[in-house]
Amino acid sequence: MKGQVMTQLADKNTHLSNFSQFDQSAGHAPAWLDSLRRSGIDRFEQVGFPSTREERWRYTNVAPIARMPFKLARYDGQGTDLLDRYSFGDEAASELVFVNGHFVQQLSKLGRLSRGVFAGHLPDALDSRGQQLEGSLGRLADVEANPFVALNTGFIRDGAVIHIPRNVEVDQPIHLLFISTTSREPAVSHPRVLIMLEEGASGTVVESYVGGRGLYFTNAVTEISLEDRAQLDHCKLQQESGEAFHVSTTQIRLGADARFVSHAATLGAKLSRNDLNAVLAGQHADATLNGLVFIGGEQHCDNHTMLDHAEPNCPSHELYKHVLDGKASGVFKGKILVRSGAQKTDSKQTSKALLLSDDAVMNSMPALEIYADDVKCTHGSSSGPVDEEQVFYLRQRGVGLEAARHLMTYAFAADITRRIKVERVRRRLEEYMALQHGLPLDLRINDLASHDEAVKQL
Amino acid sequence: MTIEPLLEIKDLYARVAAPGGREILKGVNLTINAGEVHAIMGKNGSGKSTLAQVLAGREAYEVTGGSVRYKGQDLLELSAEERAREGIFLAFQYPVEIPGVSTSYFLKAAVNAVRKHRGQDELQTKDFINLVKDKMKLLHMDPSFMNRAINEGFSGGEKKRNEIFQMAVMNPTLALMDETDSGLDVDALKTVAEGAESLRRDDNAILVVTHYERLLQYIVPDIVHIMLDGKILMTGDKALAAKVDTQGYDWVDRQARQVG
Repeated sequence: MKGQVMTQLADKNTHLSNFSQFDQSAGHAPAWLDSLRRSGIDRFEQVGFPSTREERWRYTNVAPIARMPFKLARYDGQGTDLLDRYSFGDEAASELVFVNGHFVQQLSKLGRLSRGVFAGHLPDALDSRGQQLEGSLGRLADVEANPFVALNTGFIRDGAVIHIPRNVEVDQPIHLLFISTTSREPAVSHPRVLIMLEEGASGTVVESYVGGRGLYFTNAVTEISLEDRAQLDHCKLQQESGEAFHVSTTQIRLGADARFVSHAATLGAKLSRNDLNAVLAGQHADATLNGLVFIGGEQHCDNHTMLDHAEPNCPSHELYKHVLDGKASGVFKGKILVRSGAQKTDSKQTSKALLLSDDAVMNSMPALEIYADDVKCTHGSSSGPVDEEQVFYLRQRGVGLEAARHLMTYAFAADITRRIKVERVRRRLEEYMALQHGLPLDLRINDLASHDEAVKQL
Repeated sequence: MTIEPLLEIKDLYARVAAPGGREILKGVNLTINAGEVHAIMGKNGSGKSTLAQVLAGREAYEVTGGSVRYKGQDLLELSAEERAREGIFLAFQYPVEIPGVSTSYFLKAAVNAVRKHRGQDELQTKDFINLVKDKMKLLHMDPSFMNRAINEGFSGGEKKRNEIFQMAVMNPTLALMDETDSGLDVDALKTVAEGAESLRRDDNAILVVTHYERLLQYIVPDIVHIMLDGKILMTGDKALAAKVDTQGYDWVDRQARQVG
């Protein structure tokens, strides 16, 4: 017992000593930001890393993260190869590039955004809209709720801030690209994102987390505030290195008639944990959470989602799909909370897993907590191998066995990818899937979408 | 000079491929020549659908004895997809739904798999569309059908029509129609039968598996077999089908007992 407590302390000390360093070198910050960081690191010092004895962490053991003596990641001038591969180029209205958690101006593209729209890094935002930030940063992501949020909050320095004013529409996606480069020592970065859409504003934001090789830790927090009638299409694409750890929390608040669509895709990292929490805080707010996990080897991915129906008349839709190969393991815990006043809630949750190997494991847990009496909440969960009846049907028409399995896998995932409006994200996912399974020459899976387009004109 | 039959089944035995799996085919003999339409009739559980599935290469059944020659080669040596590429088509009794794959994409992949096997160039989308257009008219199908996922949300009748539509596009050498009439109303039955009739040529054959005679009023068979307990009990012409229609299968049982 005593030994364990000691280890816990050592685990925390890595990050506490990182904080002392950080605190000395961070330079001047407004008092409120200083105290926000303090509240984060104090909380983390108090609670430390969670253990699997806690219900929310039962299926994900973060001890490998806790044990590792991570140094704070620095910008090392690397990362341009990854930028070439993952940049949206002209398809982004604006592209903010962060390398090892540090904003890199010369790699970023701060496009011509509509009047009043801001997409930039935190120090610039502090200069131009400090007061607004003071009331927003750290307001939604609660340091008390999650030790990783607390830890991230302690290290807020260089994040992304997006602000779209009242009734302004931004058509093209704003791309936030977080690159981790290979370093000699395991490093940690704490990316922070704040997205604010005022009444009637609309936009598309893509967060990409990518890495080359090596062991590192990304601990990301995103806060999204949608005022009444605001609409956000949000994609999060996680393609970290296969040895990396990725922990993220995305906290969203929707006002009345606001609309939020999330597409969260997990392809990379050895261990990843995503918490996605949406509070429907105004009537007729509408949230859609779609998720795709496509992992193999010994990868582990845990998705915890929460749809908090705080007001009446709100629909929510959730579809999570896992494709697990090798010895991969997936966890999905989807909580739907319907508070006592939230009558006429209409919530639908589906979780499906495709197991491509006998050693892959899926844990799927719906959790409905309902305190209103006039609501519609449904959930469904299934997991299993590729359906042999379906495979035989395809083979009977001449499609080869491997191609048939591949097509079934692709079709399973395409159910999610085809809902993604951002062409770049969809294409990247489709290419990844084709590459993973080796594209059979007699079945060009890639052209599924274009083929269907051509046939529509029949 | 003797012409080799298109399909020659000799003393075929098959069982459910599972430990202790039940034996279903118990010595089937059947010869089908090019240009012929055969019907196999029989009660539920007689083994007629299993025969169609075994010929198509379904791995849920294990062949335990006998031989099947098709176009001069050992059919049982071929995988399901190789059989399909060699021109065997099974119109499923229960077509499966495949969400996420459009009918058009799937069918193009299927057509091209066969073409590739034959050493032909793959069809591009435009040529493929031209190929399917006529067949869709023949089967009275709405063009939107092609953009829907395979059989997803289709009615029973739509699924069966989709099978025959695919059959018309694939243009098989040996078509196996497994209970295609079940669940169809008279109009749909006629449409489906017209589709099948349009395929009738000197160089191919159709094997219709059915419980009832009514489909055979539209697809008139040259030869009718009656199957019972995993064997073909008797063979005749279309009059045999008519007899089943008026008298049911009880007399078949009686006759089997006399023979036994």
